[in-house]
Amino acid sequence: MRAAWNRAGSKTIAVALAVLVTAALLLASGASPIESFRLIWQGSVGSGPKAADTLMAWVPLVLAASGLVVTFAAGLWNIGVEGQVVMGAIAASWVAREFHAPSAAVITVALIAGIIGGLLWGLFAGVLRVYGKVNEIFGGLGLDFVATGLVVYLVIGPWKRAGIASTSGTDPFPKEAWLPTVGDKLAPIAIVLAVLAVIAVYFLMRGTFFGLRLKAVGANPASAYIIGLSTSRYLLSAMAICGGLAGLGGAVQAIGFQHKLVPAISGGYGFLAILVVLLAGFRASLIAPIAFFFVMISVGGTQLSLRLGLNSSLGGVVQGTLVLLTVLVGGWQVRRARQRVRLEAEG
Amino acid sequence: MRVKGLLRLVFIFSAFALVATACGDDSTTTTTSASGEGFKFGMILVGPQNDHGWSQAHYEAGQYLEQKTGATMIVLDKVNTADRPETTVDQVIDDMVAQGAGLIFATSDDMKDGVLLGAERHPDVPMIWSSGDNAWADGKDYRADLANLGNEMGRMEYGKMIAGCAAALTSETGKLGYLGPLINDETRRLASSVFLGADYCWQNYRGMGDDLSFSVNWIGFWFNIPGFTLDPTLVANDFFDGGVDVVISGIDTTEALVVAGQRAAADESVWAIPYDFEGACAEAPNACLGVPYFNWGPAYLRVLNSVLTDSFSADFNWWGPDWADINNADTSGVGWEAGAGLSADAAASLDEFIAGLGDGSINLYTGPLNYQDGTPFLAAGEEATDLQIWYMPQLLEGMVGASSAG
Repeated sequence: MRAAWNRAGSKTIAVALAVLVTAALLLASGASPIESFRLIWQGSVGSGPKAADTLMAWVPLVLAASGLVVTFAAGLWNIGVEGQVVMGAIAASWVAREFHAPSAAVITVALIAGIIGGLLWGLFAGVLRVYGKVNEIFGGLGLDFVATGLVVYLVIGPWKRAGIASTSGTDPFPKEAWLPTVGDKLAPIAIVLAVLAVIAVYFLMRGTFFGLRLKAVGANPASAYIIGLSTSRYLLSAMAICGGLAGLGGAVQAIGFQHKLVPAISGGYGFLAILVVLLAGFRASLIAPIAFFFVMISVGGTQLSLRLGLNSSLGGVVQGTLVLLTVLVGGWQVRRARQRVRLEAEG
Repeated sequence: MRVKGLLRLVFIFSAFALVATACGDDSTTTTTSASGEGFKFGMILVGPQNDHGWSQAHYEAGQYLEQKTGATMIVLDKVNTADRPETTVDQVIDDMVAQGAGLIFATSDDMKDGVLLGAERHPDVPMIWSSGDNAWADGKDYRADLANLGNEMGRMEYGKMIAGCAAALTSETGKLGYLGPLINDETRRLASSVFLGADYCWQNYRGMGDDLSFSVNWIGFWFNIPGFTLDPTLVANDFFDGGVDVVISGIDTTEALVVAGQRAAADESVWAIPYDFEGACAEAPNACLGVPYFNWGPAYLRVLNSVLTDSFSADFNWWGPDWADINNADTSGVGWEAGAGLSADAAASLDEFIAGLGDGSINLYTGPLNYQDGTPFLAAGEEATDLQIWYMPQLLEGMVGASSAG
């Protein structure tokens, strides 16, 4: 109980500090902080269409983040998540371009392809780790570059627009492959998938033997091995689950948001998801609101440029400040706690 | 310990404050006049508004409109999928319309899908897709249904011919390099125009043969996006390392000139020609032979006036320089600002060349001309039509480099 209070307290201090720092930044840029926060609010959830934009950006971030909860539980730093998003998008784009069938069929197959694309890429990093003894951070980073290289190659090469070689992106997919929307932007299927993913990961980690064993593997692989758990199988499963969810995020980006394949299809949501999960303290229950807060700042931050003429990088600065301060405050608390223990021991 | 912690926080605060001051945006001054008072127009830029290139030229045209009419610009820069993954062009159009914009300029070829979608969604809001061709009835991508979306573009072919000529008049090695963005109709015709201007001046003013070496290297986008495009700084360096002594830039930003400036400072005889923005030479004046630039102001002012007087129509406009004075800010859409690196002799020949282009005595798109693969483009004496120039399917014979993706 006390630990929970401490955690909540540290988060509150971090958020309060981040708000203060951001306000100072805004003042220094010559803008009113209150007006700026109001614009971010208005521009992200203040109207139906804006809320739709925010939700659509939330989906890939939440999907990647829920996947990362699983890999972090297994003690894996799955930096390759970015590449897994990209591979999901590539696989879904391939279906959207090549598979001609009624809309429901194309979309279903494209989403499944996205899951498989991401899953295989995640598994690849896992195999490198388990059988090749390549640390998943380096393996994942390498595979991120390979995925980015592949998407640029496809966009500028085999999938280029006729007579054009540009990293602008492919031709838009046929309309049958677009996720159906309510209004202009909101694709309910995408939202449902993201919510289901969060719930599934929550129960997977809390209510199943698999989750429990995964945590055991993550906490102490040697002991887990001694008590008879197949460490490799759990590590590979975690990578596959995370890859699949990230790949699904990539698929939604491709057929639900950009409606074409662009080199920046991942939108950096994979890397951003790592920050979300760090901030959430690796808990599935906190991912959805924290991810929502992040995308509110990104989507709403545009208004700071549009309405106040401010540099739009401010949104990213706010996100970075928040994570930095949370980690700082968290580290400071840990140090204080250690000190107290030492003092008590000495006294 | 507490004091140290506090100091650390103060340090962090001050660091952020410093960053904020550095990031602070430029304020815009407006001279009001009656006609556009209270009117808002949107300006969507693909790159940063201070890129010393394509986007800044548009941004400053927007400021020109503000000064001339008293209207207010709503601007959003860096609208591309790498810089703003959560934003699409049609979303920006929605935002600007919601904010009261009565006219929107989408200023990049890259915005095609988004602006077509936005124009469909807001049929009552006049829009311009600059460098596009959807409003050209004779063009390949005519969209008769979009009565609210016009196109504006300058005949930069002339500016590029002048640039090519300046390069050929200066080159000591006879090797020129063209730093290209991505490959499409627009960039093929602009690269070809540089080549034509260079080849003409190499032979006619320098008295050389047809031995000018002209290579094109494409980076993949209008500006550098690390990881997604080739690095223009590396490409420019590669050109110079390979014996090229003048690099002509076709991208939105000024890397070629920066590299040339660094090398010239180390006593190398190299030069560059940037693109798009009148003030681009300022990055490295002595290495700069000049810059062919767009002056979007007059064309955009014509569009804004048509909207203010309710006479807007979605036209395709492809305007040239005002040959009476190609640098007249109020009349000429395409200009050439000579750089400090251009010698007096070269400048004299260049003026003669510009005069020839202006009075029509020099028309470089006249046959015989072949495409890069040797197939005929224009027969002897045949002059290219606008359609042939706009939609060039290949580079020209004599140019080394890709005509389309492999």
